[in-house]
Amino acid sequence: MSYEIWIIIVASLVGITCGVIGCFLILRKLAMLADAISHTVLLGIVLAFLISQSMNGIYMLIGAAIVGLFTAMLIQFLNHKGIQEDASIGVVFTFFFAIGVILITVFADSVHLDVDHALMGEIAFVPFDMVEIGFLPPLPKAFIMLLSILILNIILMMLFYKELKITSFDPALAAAIGIPVMFIHYLLMGMVSVSTVASFDSVGAILVVAMLIAPGASAYLLTNKLSHMLCLSAFFGVLAAISGYYVATWIDSSISGSMAMMSGVLFALVFIFSPTKGLLGKKMNHKRFRSESTAP
Amino acid sequence: MTNPIEIRNLTVAYDKTAVLKDVQFSIPKGSLTGIVGPNGAGKSTLIKAILGLIPKVSGEIKIYGKPYKAKDRLVGYVPQRGSVDWDFPTSALDVVLMGRYGHIGWFKRPGKEDTILAKESLKKVGMDSYANRQISQLSGGQQQRVFLARALVQDAQVYFMDEPFVGVDAATEKAIIQLLTDLKDQGKTVIVVHHDLQTVEEYFDHCILLNKEVIASGVTEEVFTVEQLHQTYGGKLAFLDKGKVMVEQKR
Amino acid sequence: MEQIGQMLLAANTQWVLIGTLLLGLASGILGSFALLRKQSLIGDAVAHAALPGICIGFMLTGERSLIILLIGATVTGLLAAYCIQYIASASILKEDTAICLILSTFFGVGIVLLTKVQQMPSGNKSGLDSFIFGQAAGMVSSDVKLMAGAAALLLMVTIIFFKEFKLITFDAEFAKGLGLPVSALNFLFMTLLVAVVVIGIQAVGVILMAALLITPAISARYWTNSLSKMVIISGIFGAISGVIGTLISSLDRGIPTGPFIVVTATIIFFISILFAPARGIITLKIKRRMTNQKLLREQGQVK
Repeated sequence: MSYEIWIIIVASLVGITCGVIGCFLILRKLAMLADAISHTVLLGIVLAFLISQSMNGIYMLIGAAIVGLFTAMLIQFLNHKGIQEDASIGVVFTFFFAIGVILITVFADSVHLDVDHALMGEIAFVPFDMVEIGFLPPLPKAFIMLLSILILNIILMMLFYKELKITSFDPALAAAIGIPVMFIHYLLMGMVSVSTVASFDSVGAILVVAMLIAPGASAYLLTNKLSHMLCLSAFFGVLAAISGYYVATWIDSSISGSMAMMSGVLFALVFIFSPTKGLLGKKMNHKRFRSESTAP
Repeated sequence: MTNPIEIRNLTVAYDKTAVLKDVQFSIPKGSLTGIVGPNGAGKSTLIKAILGLIPKVSGEIKIYGKPYKAKDRLVGYVPQRGSVDWDFPTSALDVVLMGRYGHIGWFKRPGKEDTILAKESLKKVGMDSYANRQISQLSGGQQQRVFLARALVQDAQVYFMDEPFVGVDAATEKAIIQLLTDLKDQGKTVIVVHHDLQTVEEYFDHCILLNKEVIASGVTEEVFTVEQLHQTYGGKLAFLDKGKVMVEQKR
Repeated sequence: MEQIGQMLLAANTQWVLIGTLLLGLASGILGSFALLRKQSLIGDAVAHAALPGICIGFMLTGERSLIILLIGATVTGLLAAYCIQYIASASILKEDTAICLILSTFFGVGIVLLTKVQQMPSGNKSGLDSFIFGQAAGMVSSDVKLMAGAAALLLMVTIIFFKEFKLITFDAEFAKGLGLPVSALNFLFMTLLVAVVVIGIQAVGVILMAALLITPAISARYWTNSLSKMVIISGIFGAISGVIGTLISSLDRGIPTGPFIVVTATIIFFISILFAPARGIITLKIKRRMTNQKLLREQGQVK
């Protein structure tokens, strides 16, 4: 398959994986945790490399998942110690990210990661990094990794759908009827971490954050049903990936940057034009309401 | 026969300051009990501690003679309406269905039977025509009814409700109290956190006066006396003509 | 050692140290207010959102004039802060979602523009990418003086409006009742916050600037319960972090400043949370053990 198609497919997979899981982060008011985890996985990747001395994707996935979960736990711990949530998030992620950057600088000769790569990813190189598995034609590594994570996420989400839903909406009731709220929380955090790291390598930290939040936020303004929100969010993720790619080739600029930008543009459009919860929609509803209430 | 609820020497603390001290009471089966006390008296904390939502420092909590376990399905819970985000993308029916989640078990979805039960209890609270309405489009009273329907569908023996009358219209308040009385008549035990002193005698047959410790508990006529209310509220009581009491609430 | 000694004598390094010291002081002080107003993560978004402004400033003028870049950064930073507050107030989305959304999409735009800048003939020498992680040691002296001057100015304004900020932070309703122009003061505070973030990004970088607002302030919270003391302590912690981070990064070219400032600030935070006199975790443990022993001893005496 052509070069272009692979980039679009991989970016779309990022859009779906992050978009769907991001909905839960938005509904649980954990959006900033997405930001935090997407920064701290850098440390996980660097540590995995320094310990295993290889660029093998599996080690990085494990390293990032561990550091991601650790981030969530440390934030929870500081929060529990009475530090307000935004501050705990801010302290933890900047610290881990700083250490990640320092390690990269110190071991610059041996680490093939550079910080720009971590931020912006190297999606343009995705089609050159092919592997063959069994009888399948050569496929990009990033594609295989993202597809497996997506499938894993979907299975977990289907298994724990109602638990994810009730712990997001009403954790107190969930706990009272015996649903392990903390387990579900860390399950979600684990999913966020592996999704982040699987996406991270190809698209960089910034697009991961954008894809985690922007599609979900757009979808939230268009529907009143959780299942619809998840599907719409995946759709917006794909749309941002495709439109971002073409904008990037058109203006000859960063691919992941354009995708992040387009996810924002799509959000802005929804924010203004959504029929029920958009700016214009609300205005029209007000008008209708007024004319109805003045009618005899 | 054991009482549905027995609490002994319960102490709960936040950051080393005791919120509940040595709380002790029991509630008989088939009663409608109001927990009454000033702001910050630990009323919600008491319910949460009983349900194991916050850890206790010491003491014994028994529900039908056994420590509380969610899987016994003996308890239904109605949290404060303000404790959840009503912008959540879900419908009234869906919220009621959540009450069945404890019964459904892992890896299964709510089935037809659960939906029928959920619809029935929406009907009981007079909300059947709003089943598919998004929850943010309901009024405060309607939201509270949905919460109540969700508790009914839990099919429990003991119900805990945290301030169900806050921000609801008079019609809803009447409907809720009627439902609670029905539950009581079916032999269920209902415990309500309440702060409107004027309606205590009218609504509840049992009453617990709480201000960090239990001032008095038992049958309303015996407990709900001016003297004991004074003890509960300190000097913050003012008296009305008809022998009724009200609290100067600082909001 | 000798190397450090020589370095400290260099005039430029001295200026850089003064600059990061003042910057740390200003951001520590403004950060305390931001923390209490629960706006610290807005600082994070503002820092990220400064990147497109910097690039636009460069593209419009075609040269690397710090003042133009800072003006560009201030404009997009303020725009981001405004967008966050608007989205959070006009839709069902909560503030944290709005912050994250604005942060990532503005930064995406910034990356797009940065790529374009680097394609410009004058762009690859512009060094704009040093804004991402900060490079205090490499700053030219006029830039450093600008940073130091701006930080000093921000400090002065904050001190002048100290009691008004205290009031709107603590009880905005009451402040309104007193006849204070609350919305104007809010805007002023937001502008100061954006300004300190903007002047800081050259030294600390857009990604880690938030730490300089949050970490010293939350550390200071452990040492005192009074706002004025908290502000001063936070300023001092910020200044110490700025100076130590700068010293480490000037040891060798290519060591970014931001991460070391952040690590220093975080170490101060860990010391605070563990050992602060009244609230430190370990302090409390020791105290509890001492009371227990005392009780035991007293009981022994009674027996």
